[in-house]
Amino acid sequence: MANVPSDLKYAKTHEWVRVSGNVATVGITDYAQHELTDVVFVELPEVGRRIKAGDPCAVVESVKTANDIYSPVSGEITEVNQAVVANPALVNSEPYAGGWFYKIRLSNPAELNALLAPEQYQAQIGGA
Amino acid sequence: MKRTPLYAVHQRLGGKLIEFGGWEMPVQYTSITDEHLTVREAAGLFDISHMGEVLISGPGAEAFLNQILTNDLRKLLAGQGQYTLMCNERGGVIDDLYAYRLTADEYLLMINASRIEADVAWLEAQLAAFPRRSEVKLQNASDATGALAVQGPRVVEFITHCFPGASTGGTIVARVTDLKKNQIAPFAWAGNALWISRTGYTGEDGFEVVAPGQRIEAIWNQLLAAGQPHGLKPAGLGARDTLRTEVCYPLYGHELDENTTPIEAGLGFFVALDKGEFVGRSVLAEQKAKGPVKKLVAFKMTDRSAPPRPHYAIWSAGPGAAKIGEVTSGTQSPSLGIGIGMGYVPPAFAHANTPVEIEIRGQRAPAVLVPKPIYRKPD
Repeated sequence: MANVPSDLKYAKTHEWVRVSGNVATVGITDYAQHELTDVVFVELPEVGRRIKAGDPCAVVESVKTANDIYSPVSGEITEVNQAVVANPALVNSEPYAGGWFYKIRLSNPAELNALLAPEQYQAQIGGA
Repeated sequence: MKRTPLYAVHQRLGGKLIEFGGWEMPVQYTSITDEHLTVREAAGLFDISHMGEVLISGPGAEAFLNQILTNDLRKLLAGQGQYTLMCNERGGVIDDLYAYRLTADEYLLMINASRIEADVAWLEAQLAAFPRRSEVKLQNASDATGALAVQGPRVVEFITHCFPGASTGGTIVARVTDLKKNQIAPFAWAGNALWISRTGYTGEDGFEVVAPGQRIEAIWNQLLAAGQPHGLKPAGLGARDTLRTEVCYPLYGHELDENTTPIEAGLGFFVALDKGEFVGRSVLAEQKAKGPVKKLVAFKMTDRSAPPRPHYAIWSAGPGAAKIGEVTSGTQSPSLGIGIGMGYVPPAFAHANTPVEIEIRGQRAPAVLVPKPIYRKPD
C-alpha cells in the first residue's frame, strides 16, 4: 500500500506539496517512486527560476525511464535539494522527507485549492 | 501477450510485469540495482522460458547448419556449444544464438524470444532449398520448452543440491559443476531429462537449464529454496539488461539487426570465413578485408550525468564537433556507478580513449570510448 500522508496536497501527476506559510516544498509520492523503481538521476530547476503550475521543471530518471516532473504550483524557486542530486536513491527511500525536490515561493496560493486532498489522491491511485 | 510457465510464480514473488518481445515478463522483483548487484556478488535466478529452442537432427544436420550459421560447428564435440550468428545474403544478422551439439547428429539452437518467428521461417526456407533436406529434421520446440538461468559466483555452492549426480550423456561429468564453459549435458531430475549448460548472459559463472515447460515451475522452486541460504534471489529483465550491457554482450534489436553485420559489431571471432560456403560469407569476407563503415564501440560517461539511453546521439568532441553515431544500449551501471553504453561510430573514431559526447535530452555530456568489456571482474 502506497503511503499518502494526510498533511500534504497532491497533483494528479503524482507530485506532493507541503505548505508552510507562503512557501511550498515539492516532491514525488511514494506511489510514484515505487512505479519508477531505482532512481539514478535527478535534475532540479535553478534557484530563482519562475515557473507556472503545469510547467515541467525537473526530471527524474530511473534505470529504465526518464520522467518529467510538473510543478503543481506557480512561483519562484527558492531552494533545491542538493542531497537528492548527490544521492538519487533518497527519492525511493524517503519520498516525503530527504527526497524532496525544491521549495517555491507561491505566487498564487489559490492554486492549492485545485490540488487533490489525500483521500482524492488515494482514490486516484486505487488500492495500490 | 504470451506468458511463460512461471507467470504465476512471477506474480506471487511480486514481479513487476512488462511487455518484452510479445511476452509478459518481470522487469524486476525488488529493484534492478539490487538484483544486478546480487548476481555479481551471490546469485540470481532468471526465467528465460520466453527464449526459443529449435532442434535439428539427422545425418545432414551439421552440413545444413554450417552453411547458414557463421561459426564452425565442426569444432563442436558432442556436449559442446558455441555462440554464433545467422546472417542473410547481405551479411546482416537475422539472429545471434547459441548452437549446441547434443549428440553426433542432434543440435539445439537457443534463439532470441523476439526472433522465434523470423528464425523459424528462415530455417524452414533454407531447409526447403537444401539438397540433402531429406536427411534433416527440424522441430520448433519453443512452445513446449522452458528455460532458467542461474548466474553468479555462489551458484556452485548449491546447484548440485538440485541436480545431484552424473550427466546421462552429452559431456560426461560426475557432477554438474564439472561442466566447463560452453559444455552441455543431460541430467536426470525427478524422472525427467533436462539439459544443463555452463553458459550465460551476465558475465558471471552460471548455468542455463532447459526443460519441458510443465517442469519449469518445480525446478525454479527447488533452485530458489536451495539457493536462498547462499544469497540467491530472483532477477528480472531489467537486471539482465544492465548485467549484459556492462560486459558488452549484444542484444538483438540494439547492437544487431538485419542491416548490421557481425564484422561491424566486432564479432568477427565468431565468423569462420575459411570453413566453406555459408549465407552472407562473401559480404563478410569483403568487409573483413576492407574494413566496415561503422564499428561498435563502448563508452563510459566521465562525469555524473543522466543515464545514456538507446538512440541518444553520439558526438565527436572538440572543435568541429559533429554527430557521429547513436547509442544502441545504455544505462546507469550498477557495478560502476556511472553511465555506460555501446553504439556505432565511423572507424576513424573507434579507438579507446577517444573523447566523445552523448546528447542527453538536448545537452551534450562528456564521455570516453573504452575497451570492451566495460566491466571486468576484479581479480
